[in-house]
Amino acid sequence: MSTENTIQHTTNKVDFDGKQEFTITVYAENRIGLLNRIAIIFSKRKINIESINSSASEIDGIHRFNIVIEEGYEVVRKLARQIEKQIEVLKVYFNTNDEIVWQELALYKVSTDEIAEKVTVERLLRQFGASAVAIRKDYTVFAVAGHREETDALVKALEPYELIEFVRSARVAIIKDSAGFHEKLKEFEAEEPGEELIENEFLEKGEKIFTM
Amino acid sequence: METAQDTVQKTETKSSSLQGVGAFKGTGSQVLLNGLIEEGVTTIFGYPGGAIMPIYDALYDYADKLEHILVRHEQGGIHAAQGFARSSGKVGVCFATSGPGATNLVTGLADAQIDSTPLVCITGQVFAHLLGTDAFQETDVINITTPVTKWNYQITDAKEIQEVLAKAFHIAQSGRPGPVLIDITKNAQIQIEEFPEYVKCNHIRSYRPKPKVRVEYIEQAAKLINEAKKPFVLFGQGVILGTAEQEFKAFIDKSGIPAAWTIMGESSLPTSHPLNVGMLGMHGNYGPNVLTNECDVLIAIGMRFDDRVTGRLDKYAKQAKVIHLDIDPAEIDKNVKADVGVWGDCKETLPLLTNLVDAKKHEDWVAKFKEYNQQEIDQVITPELYPTTDEMTMGEVLRNINEICDGEAIIVTDVGQHQMVACRYAKFNNTRSNITSGGLGTMGFGLPAAIGAKYGAPNKTVIAIIGDGGFQMTPQELGTIMQFGAEVKILILNNRFLGMVRQWQQLFNDKRYSFVNITSPDFVALAKSYYIEASKVDDRANLKTALETMINHKGSYLLEVMVGRENNVFPMVPQGMSVSEIRLK
Repeated sequence: MSTENTIQHTTNKVDFDGKQEFTITVYAENRIGLLNRIAIIFSKRKINIESINSSASEIDGIHRFNIVIEEGYEVVRKLARQIEKQIEVLKVYFNTNDEIVWQELALYKVSTDEIAEKVTVERLLRQFGASAVAIRKDYTVFAVAGHREETDALVKALEPYELIEFVRSARVAIIKDSAGFHEKLKEFEAEEPGEELIENEFLEKGEKIFTM
Repeated sequence: METAQDTVQKTETKSSSLQGVGAFKGTGSQVLLNGLIEEGVTTIFGYPGGAIMPIYDALYDYADKLEHILVRHEQGGIHAAQGFARSSGKVGVCFATSGPGATNLVTGLADAQIDSTPLVCITGQVFAHLLGTDAFQETDVINITTPVTKWNYQITDAKEIQEVLAKAFHIAQSGRPGPVLIDITKNAQIQIEEFPEYVKCNHIRSYRPKPKVRVEYIEQAAKLINEAKKPFVLFGQGVILGTAEQEFKAFIDKSGIPAAWTIMGESSLPTSHPLNVGMLGMHGNYGPNVLTNECDVLIAIGMRFDDRVTGRLDKYAKQAKVIHLDIDPAEIDKNVKADVGVWGDCKETLPLLTNLVDAKKHEDWVAKFKEYNQQEIDQVITPELYPTTDEMTMGEVLRNINEICDGEAIIVTDVGQHQMVACRYAKFNNTRSNITSGGLGTMGFGLPAAIGAKYGAPNKTVIAIIGDGGFQMTPQELGTIMQFGAEVKILILNNRFLGMVRQWQQLFNDKRYSFVNITSPDFVALAKSYYIEASKVDDRANLKTALETMINHKGSYLLEVMVGRENNVFPMVPQGMSVSEIRLK
């Protein structure tokens, strides 16, 4: 059976062979060592993690990882199953960029003198929707939340004006099509798995896979 | 410190059951051992050391409940636990201390992980307050073992012990089994607490050992099978791990489909079954390999399409529709795309499938396997089993074993040529009789695994077939046999080479025999120095008698058989070639 005809990932076309950005969302127990257990699934296959974020989720006590990698669909699907197989992982989803709402936060430290003297800098900051989070005599720290291209563009724009420090967070992403994990968790907590719990990826390839 | 005996007497009123069982006040070490007893553990393979001393101190009082086998190296301990698990179907348990004790477990963990063997390994660890200080015999065991365990956990507080142990046993043996490691800091081992009654674990919210089977899978699979003209079954260890041997046989008997095995699945269907067409893969049988690329429906049951089974993937069964039954969803579509993936425990899925498949015979198709088999018999098997050369072959040794044991023995092998010959030619009547290091290919596995296999199946004859190279990797376990009297029959097939590597160097490296010429000690003298009866045979005339002497001997025995130096194992699918390009010579 050819993959191309039978697996429709979600609403949009997926390039099965070519690499593209995927955001993997992992719901897991908050347990020491789990980050390593997940990370080595990538390093074992010599796959670079573009960004990884670990935070609380919508449910108290359940952690949510966002992992961004650039890989082909087939590779990502196999990785997702390997991650989901880990004992403390509840569920794994993977999505292309058009299936998620995502942001990265960037901080920029620039010389206050430069800002004060050169109007163009201020204009640049406004243009990029930056907010000042710290203003001191010697430097000012601006924050921008957005997509990679947006935060990158501001770096480029600030380069001529003494960008003293720059840092960017990992991606955090919300799955557009998700109804959250509350209902799912109830199924997981049931002693006997119900029909709903078993997502049959093998027969329902036409349906949404690893999405809610 | 109170002893377990004292504690139990004091708490007798609370607990009416066995020694140490039930709610009681005691140390972390005692509650650990009580938990092991609750989980049905009878045998532990281990080696003490500084960081696990409190557990060993407690063990002193449990001699009547827990049998501890003192191995000679922690790798031997874990391989023995693997052998125990493989022959008995129970969870194998081993103990090791921190640092080198724990790192010596790594090979066995990797082996158990890749071969899905249920183990619970307990390691001692330095005091919690010393973690991260490079204390004496401190290693980061949790991180070292993460890639080679199904689950691992570090306990720093005795109050965690019961829950973690219960989880460990549940995880190790449910779903796709695997090794679990629990690292316990020394302070937790000596910590005194009021412990509640031990409660077994049967549910972890983040862990789904197996799904509820969906009938749609079964119906689709049955439809493909019923329409098939040339269906072919491949079965692996999943049949054994799921204790689905009867269900599997019923499926084969009704559907009439020829079935071939991976070496991990070998003994789940008797060798003599008319539809058992033999071994898959690199040194498997001719028909099963060639006909993989002719069948129209390939039904894989509890196997994972290892590269040694499939050969070149892009030329593997491309003409066939693939049905894959597996309990691990990560295996389905991993190497070979399944048209129908039947996710579930084959103990449950196989009977459902058997109900829906038509009773058939497939006589012409089965006859094709026989035709290929006849070619293999003429060109490979007969010369191997009934050689006319002066030198003995490994195959004729196996033929003699079959004649003596008639398929009733447990055969444990090491890794290499002798392993392939043993898997190819040994006869098996019973499940869990072929114990070998399949996925990892661990030389040195054979001797310790055979010790464990004997403890797991004390009424069986256990024969460890080992090469001269592999034997020299873990010979220290002769000491364990000496001390505890494990009745293991050790058969060394000595070709004075690292034979499998030599075979590859002959075939693919222009006979450049690079460091495969291995010398051996006097194995007979070595065994005798451990007070183990031993002998050596180097001519065919004495072979059978020597084997009979070994097998009938009361107690352990070592027999060294000198076999041809440059005997090769055929057929062979050269690496990177398709299964249909299998060579008979």
